Amino acid sequence: MTIWDRIMNLDRRWIYLCIAVVVIIPAVVSFKVPVATTPEVKKVFDFVDKMQPGECFYLGIDYDPSALAELDPMTYAILNQAFSKDLKVIIGCLSQFGVGMAETRLAEMSAKYGKKSGEDYCFLGYRPYPAICILTMGVDFRVTFPLDYYGVPLDSLPVMNGIKNLMDVKGVVDITAGNVADFWITYGNGRFGFPVALGVTGVMSADYYQYLQSGQIFGLISGIKGAAEYEELSGFETTGMESIPYQTLSHAVILLFIIISNVGYFATRGRKGK
Amino acid sequence: MKKQIPIYFVLVSGIVMIIQYFIPSEESEWLFTYANDWVIVIGIFALALGIWSLLRSEFKKLKNPKEAFYAGTVLFGYFIMVFTALTREGREAGTLHMNLFNNILIPIQATIFALLAFYIASAAYRAFRARTVLATILLLAAFIVMLRLIPLGPLSAINQTAVGWILAVPNMAAKRAITMGVGLGAIATCIKIILGIERTYLGHD
Amino acid sequence: MTTAELLWNTLAAILTLCVFSFLIKDNPFYKFAERLVAGVAAGFWTMLLYHTNFHDKVVLTMQNGQWAYIIPILLGIGMWTRFSKNYAWMSRFSIAFYMGISTGVSIPVFMYTNIFKQVSATMIPFDGTVNVLVIIGVLCSLFYFFFSKAHTGTFGLVSRIGIYTLMIGFGAGFGMTVMGRVALLVQRVIFMKDYFIGLFGG
Repeated sequence: MTIWDRIMNLDRRWIYLCIAVVVIIPAVVSFKVPVATTPEVKKVFDFVDKMQPGECFYLGIDYDPSALAELDPMTYAILNQAFSKDLKVIIGCLSQFGVGMAETRLAEMSAKYGKKSGEDYCFLGYRPYPAICILTMGVDFRVTFPLDYYGVPLDSLPVMNGIKNLMDVKGVVDITAGNVADFWITYGNGRFGFPVALGVTGVMSADYYQYLQSGQIFGLISGIKGAAEYEELSGFETTGMESIPYQTLSHAVILLFIIISNVGYFATRGRKGK
Repeated sequence: MKKQIPIYFVLVSGIVMIIQYFIPSEESEWLFTYANDWVIVIGIFALALGIWSLLRSEFKKLKNPKEAFYAGTVLFGYFIMVFTALTREGREAGTLHMNLFNNILIPIQATIFALLAFYIASAAYRAFRARTVLATILLLAAFIVMLRLIPLGPLSAINQTAVGWILAVPNMAAKRAITMGVGLGAIATCIKIILGIERTYLGHD
Repeated sequence: MTTAELLWNTLAAILTLCVFSFLIKDNPFYKFAERLVAGVAAGFWTMLLYHTNFHDKVVLTMQNGQWAYIIPILLGIGMWTRFSKNYAWMSRFSIAFYMGISTGVSIPVFMYTNIFKQVSATMIPFDGTVNVLVIIGVLCSLFYFFFSKAHTGTFGLVSRIGIYTLMIGFGAGFGMTVMGRVALLVQRVIFMKDYFIGLFGG
């Protein structure tokens, strides 16, 4: 058995070990990696940045803990930016576990900026059937959510004064890991025409450039890199920028694995052909 | 009649909702809003089915000595979450219910998906080989996209431009073609459901 | 980090390690964590559904005298007959209501979003090399999916360009997927790092 045969038949646990070692290195030896900003992330940042104090937008926290790694930094960065600018935010969750994450993040951010539920933001909670919810919220928030998450009628909340439906907010920024993104485009922008921006995981992001080009979404934050770009733009750094050095080393190792496996493939293929 | 009436209802309601889209009046909007809201109410009851189904299967497993411990674990987790949130206030940040959510559900679910990083590295090593022209094209595109997170000095700007072009042109074109195909398929399926050609959702007698 | 936070984070760290142990092989610690999360998730969802959905959309509507909502409530209860051999037919009415409304609502918006908007964005504005490349890419990819004709001759060449375009798209998607999957691991590593720093008083 030649060295290439051994390499081609490497036990997968050696690969796991390499990845494990590589992701631990930046935890011990910290370093910064610069992140280049892309236009699609800048558009989302500019949308929030250009709003005046008191103006309102809808933030959808529609992800589960399985996508927390990539999407949480986006949530924090946007909430940091919005609350620091005294913007009003309506937060809704169309994914069942998004509620738990949204509640904890909101509690943290509102305490940091001294924001009050009902006055500075409204947390609607969760409803099933995202597509249908978007359609009813496009007509009247109070039909879908007569009470907010804390049981307070929407009519009694100062932040909801003058806001009947999604057409009355400046736009929608939806952070999601599932097909809720498609629903916001199809049923939200498609039916009502309000501006929609998305924050999605890396796995999904390649599928949404078509909607960006067609104008159905005005911005796209793609995965952890997009989150890091947003943090760079907004100046609020959390785990997005912190993750990039880990990403750099892991990607380098995976690319090295791919190169080695292909070199080995061509080396052994030539031999097998004889 | 038990099958015919639902099929006729789907036909009538489907056509009404299509026509409603083109009628911008208050009555039309009222119908649209409350028809959809009623669907949400039905959905709330339907979701309870899933929970009941899980509980039923776990209670059955309790009788089997080999599965009793794990079934007990599921039920323990379930009831501890139920009893810590008997009031609406019990579900706010900082409560025991939310602490259990943050320190049990989040770490376990996040870590289960974190295992995928190892699997993708292993899959990339074993399967990502330039065996054919098509595989080579896929490999090269992935390679260029993955390079964008690695600082390459003066080559970084060229790589960023290349990645931007790949995502905005060929990737966008490919995904657009797929979207159009999927969209047409979805519309065809919806029409088949409305016309009663597709009836699998009704279940069997 | 307070003592309470440390204890909670210790629980989270232990459960994280239980799941990571699966990389060595399937074991009782992983199975325990897997079952526990299923129970906790179901319990969380039950109370979410009860407090914010059942109360707000069922109990409150009845308290407010919106008697018309009796109809969806009865249809919803009808869904529960799904598991009964004798009464399962009642659930068909509930499913029919949902299917009729949702399919009717979907057709116009799917047509607009997935067909009209996509076609118009491909063609308009018709300027520059990039636009021409997009048109060629979309058309060739669509041709590739037409399997009623053999992919030979000119048609074969066009579908070949289509499959090359699709492969570039899938390659880009794979590259983004690697970033996404690695991010999931990185977040857990950062959590464990912060936990150990908190534990040893960093």
